[in-house]
Amino acid sequence: MAASLVLSFTDYNLFDKPRFTGLENFALMFSGDWHFPAALSVTLRYVLIAVPLQLLVSLLLAFVLNRGVPGLSVFRTLFYIPSLLGSSVAVGILWRQIFGGEGVLNIMLTGLGLEWARGVSWIASPRYALGTIIILRVWQFGSPMIIFLAGLKQIPQELLEAAEIEGASRLQRSWRISLPMLSPIILFNFVMQIISAFKVFTEAFIVSGGASGGGVVGGTLDSLLFYTIHIYSEGFVKFRMGYASALSWLLLGIISVFTFISFRFSSKWVFYNEGT
Amino acid sequence: MTRTLEERNWGFVAIRFVAIGAISFLVMQPLLWMAASSFKPEIDIFRDIGLLPRRFTFENYVRGWKGTGMGFALFFRNSIAMVSVAIIGNLISCTLAAFAFARMEFRFRSVLFALMMATIMLPQHAVMITQYIMFFRLGVANSMIPVVLPKFFATDAFFIFLIVQFMRGIPSELDQAARVDGCNSWSIFYRIVLPLCQPALVTTTIFTFLWTWNDFFTQLVYLTHPKLQTVSLALRRFIDGDALPAYGQMMAMSVLSILPIMILFAFFQRLLIEGISTSGLKS
Repeated sequence: MAASLVLSFTDYNLFDKPRFTGLENFALMFSGDWHFPAALSVTLRYVLIAVPLQLLVSLLLAFVLNRGVPGLSVFRTLFYIPSLLGSSVAVGILWRQIFGGEGVLNIMLTGLGLEWARGVSWIASPRYALGTIIILRVWQFGSPMIIFLAGLKQIPQELLEAAEIEGASRLQRSWRISLPMLSPIILFNFVMQIISAFKVFTEAFIVSGGASGGGVVGGTLDSLLFYTIHIYSEGFVKFRMGYASALSWLLLGIISVFTFISFRFSSKWVFYNEGT
Repeated sequence: MTRTLEERNWGFVAIRFVAIGAISFLVMQPLLWMAASSFKPEIDIFRDIGLLPRRFTFENYVRGWKGTGMGFALFFRNSIAMVSVAIIGNLISCTLAAFAFARMEFRFRSVLFALMMATIMLPQHAVMITQYIMFFRLGVANSMIPVVLPKFFATDAFFIFLIVQFMRGIPSELDQAARVDGCNSWSIFYRIVLPLCQPALVTTTIFTFLWTWNDFFTQLVYLTHPKLQTVSLALRRFIDGDALPAYGQMMAMSVLSILPIMILFAFFQRLLIEGISTSGLKS
C-alpha cells in the first residue's frame, strides 16, 4: 500500500530505476493525458445513473414481491441469476451479441417495423455505448433486491397494523413506515453498489474490445473508457507503473469521498430504530 | 402471516403474478437466448432468434471444446486448479484469522479488525500495481502464483468477517470446558470451533469459487502464458484477434463457462440467498 503511494510520485516503468517526479503524475492527468477526462466522465456518469436506477428497480420489485406473489421463491431465484453471473466474461459476450449492429435487439426492432434500427450498433455508437453497460447493471438488480426483501420481512407487523387501524392507505404505509424502516438498508446497498460500480472493468472491457465490436478497448471515441480500463492500459499495456499507481490512488480518493458523502448526508434521511 | 393483514384480493394477486412473470421472462430472456443459440447451426443464430432452435446441433460444443490448438479441456483444468487452490487458501487463512479475532486476546485487536473491514472498500486496482511489481521482481509474474498466493494470507476480509460473526455465536463455555480438559488454543480451534463453523465454511467455499471463477482482471494481468489460460481468458479470445467470428462456438463455450456456477447455485441456493440477505442486515 505505502509502496504504491510512493510509486505514484515516480515515473517507474518496471525496467528502469524509478525517478522521483513529485506531483508530475497528478499534473499530467489534468493537462497531458487526453484520455483521463474521458475516463473520469464515463465512470462518473455510469455510477451516477446506473446505481440509482438499479436500486430503484430492485426496491420497487422488492415491494411488489413482498405484497405476496404465488411462487415467490422461484421469482426470487430467477431475478438473482444475473447478479450471480456478475461480471463474468460470458455476460460481456452475451451483451455484445444483443446490442451489436446485427444483434438480437436490432433484429427484434426491425421485426417490429422500426427500420431505422437496422445496422445501428448500440455498442460502437458513442451515443448509446454507455447506455448498454448501464442496462447491464440494472439487469443485475437481484442481489440488492434480495437484501431489500429480507429487510422488509423484518419490519414489525404491529407497526403496519397500527397504521392500518389509524386509517393509513397502503401507499401511505409503504411510504411512511416501510421506506423509513428500510432506509439503513437502502444506505448499505447504495454504498456497496457505488463502490462496486466504480470498479467495473470486465463488462466494459469485453463489450468494447475486439474487432467485431466495432473498435478498440475503451470504445469508439473513448465512450466506454472506464477508469479501471484506463488504469489497466496505462499500467499493463504501456507499463507506466508510476502513472497508473497515481491513477489508482485518485480512484481510491474519489471512492472514499463518495462513501463519506453518502454517510455524511445519511443522517438527513436514514432512520435508525432505537429498539433494534 | 402477512396475509392476515390484507384482504385477499385475488384480482390484484393475479395482476402482480402476471407482471412479475413478464419481468422475470424479460430478465431471463438474454440467457435463454444464449443457451438456445448454442444449439443452433452458425447461420441460424441471427436469422432464427427464437428460443427453440429450429435446427438442432451439438456441433458448436464439439468444435468449440476442441478449439484450435489448445482446447477447452486444458482451460477448464486450469480454472479448476486455480479455484481449488484458492478455496484451500481461503479456508485455511481466513479461519485462522477469524479465530484470532473472535477468540484470542491481543493488543489493538479492535483497531486491527476495523482496519481489516476497511479493506473491503478498497478497490483491488489500488494495490494491483504494487502487487504486480512485487511479483515481477520475484520473477513469478507470469504464473498462477500471484493469482492464488494472496488467498493464503487472508486477504479476503469479507470471509474473515463472515466467519468471525459465526464464531461469536458459538458459546465460549465450550472453549472453557475444553481448556479444563487440557486443550490448548490450537486444539480448541481444530477440534471444537472449526467443526461447528461448517455452514460458514461452506459459504466461504462457494463464494470463493464464484468470485475466483468469474474474476477476469487478475487473470488477464498475470496469466499471460498461453498454457496457463483459464476459461475466462479463453472466452475472451473469441472476440479479439482476426479470427473469423464463430458465434455458435462462442455461445456454446460461454454456456459451459457459466454451467459450474449454475450447478453450484442449484445445490446451495438457500445458503447463498441467506448469505446475501444477512450480509445487508447485520451491518
